[in-house]
Amino acid sequence: MFRGQYDSDVTVWSPQGRLFQVEYAMEAVGLGTACVGLKSKDFAVVVGLYKPASEMGLSQPKIIPIDQHVGICIAGITADARILGKYLRTECLTYKHSYSTSYPISRLVYNLGNKMQISTQRYDRRPHGVGLLLAGYDDSGSHMYQVMPSANVFNCKAMAIGNRSQGARTYLMKHQDTFKVCSKDELICHGIQAMSYAASIDEPLKLSIGIVGKDQPFKILSPVESMSYQKTCKPPDTPDISWFPEALKEFDSSAESAMDSAAGPSTPLTATNSQPNLSVTPKTSKNQVNNKKSS
Amino acid sequence: MMNNSCAQPMWLNGPSPGQFYNFMGGNNAPAQLPRELTTAGPYGTKHSTAAITTGSSVLGIRFDGGVLVAADTLVSYGSLARYQNIERVFQINNKILLGGGGDFADIQSIKRSIDQKMIEDQCCNDGVVMKPAELSSWLTRVLYNRRCRMNPLYIDVVVGGVDEAGKPFLGNVDLRGRAYDDYVVATGFGRHLALPLVRERKPKDREFTFEEATSLIRESMKVLYYRDTRSLPQYTVGICTANDCSIKGPFKVEENWTFAEGVTGY
Repeated sequence: MFRGQYDSDVTVWSPQGRLFQVEYAMEAVGLGTACVGLKSKDFAVVVGLYKPASEMGLSQPKIIPIDQHVGICIAGITADARILGKYLRTECLTYKHSYSTSYPISRLVYNLGNKMQISTQRYDRRPHGVGLLLAGYDDSGSHMYQVMPSANVFNCKAMAIGNRSQGARTYLMKHQDTFKVCSKDELICHGIQAMSYAASIDEPLKLSIGIVGKDQPFKILSPVESMSYQKTCKPPDTPDISWFPEALKEFDSSAESAMDSAAGPSTPLTATNSQPNLSVTPKTSKNQVNNKKSS
Repeated sequence: MMNNSCAQPMWLNGPSPGQFYNFMGGNNAPAQLPRELTTAGPYGTKHSTAAITTGSSVLGIRFDGGVLVAADTLVSYGSLARYQNIERVFQINNKILLGGGGDFADIQSIKRSIDQKMIEDQCCNDGVVMKPAELSSWLTRVLYNRRCRMNPLYIDVVVGGVDEAGKPFLGNVDLRGRAYDDYVVATGFGRHLALPLVRERKPKDREFTFEEATSLIRESMKVLYYRDTRSLPQYTVGICTANDCSIKGPFKVEENWTFAEGVTGY
């Protein structure tokens, strides 16, 4: 875990040119439960995975509404996310007071990045230990941004962060070209499907879903709505399954009937896990992700 | 005997004994005063109580594809026609025109602040530009704030332009931060002379066309020149549509004083 004498301070470089404290902060994102975000032409959706810390407590909030046109899904240290959420809310409110319009998303994220960068360069600070997926809609359309503790900000078509998010990212990469023309419902379904790859098999999916878009102020779906989406996004009986994972379409009828009998949203995951062709070699997919980020 | 009276203190800005070190200790930036108060003299400052060098009317007309904003080129010093070739209609960016009436120094001051904001917009380089409704709202906040500090900017401005979708906006903000938007706005004498003239011609069921708007501007500026003693027969017109935002002119009012020969008895 420890990398010697170069990781005690955020202002100290390692001889390899790395800042270990910043990289440790990035690890904190991986400890948080997964978040999936994706956008179509007119909508942006974030899906967060709930995992209560104990049987007795509720889960920490995964999605923080910022303004009518922005919301964030968080993975990492919730306390840090609340600070960033408060900052974003203040900025949006101030902007709205001054200009009577909503904050342009690109500029909001740009300013957030600048704010977060400061704490990666000062010896009396620490980086924010939280990753964000920011969904927004403004004059220039829908937006999905990934914000990292290193203060890197990426404009994404779709992204997944947090614990075991690689599976979800693979799903998103596989379907990214179809997202653009998706309807609102299809987009939410894709989000849920992607999330099912990041979730544990033996627990039912507990999701928090946020949506924003054209004529749609940012909204967190109620548990009832969320559940009904999860139900409809199960392997469909309808012929129109074009948006559904290829792997599941190839399933033979016997497996399908088995799935029908097995109630619960974790069903698609059970199905996919038995499909060898979906288990991606991590190396390739990681490279792809990196390529996408750097572009 | 040692004389320590000139010795420098060993440790400036440090914590007092038993206190924690404060990283910004002693180096706090002085509390930011409102800019117009920073030059306060020993007996305070006097706020302006009236406009000194003034511009008269500004007239704005909205038409189906954009807006026109017109103002003559005179800046008066009381009743003296002091500066006769000053443009009072400004292009703010590719979407906004600003016409300034009232104290011209205050117009220049607010114009500088706005220009700075446009530079900030450009520095972001993200394609986001301010829209006229936003500038109008911002001016309302600034002007109302100034009036609340008992130090108003003595201005009356017309903000016009088009938004992202090419929809025209035309509004007026005054020295108290009062604001409204309409198909025609005017400041100064134009509010009494030009505004009713334009409203009379407004078709109920549609916006003005460009031709109607230009001829109304021409006519109104002529009336304003004849009737307003603080005006000149020369004016500039800002035009802002989805494709073009620029200042045209200066134009001359078609004046005709032959009737004056018949005027007797004064």
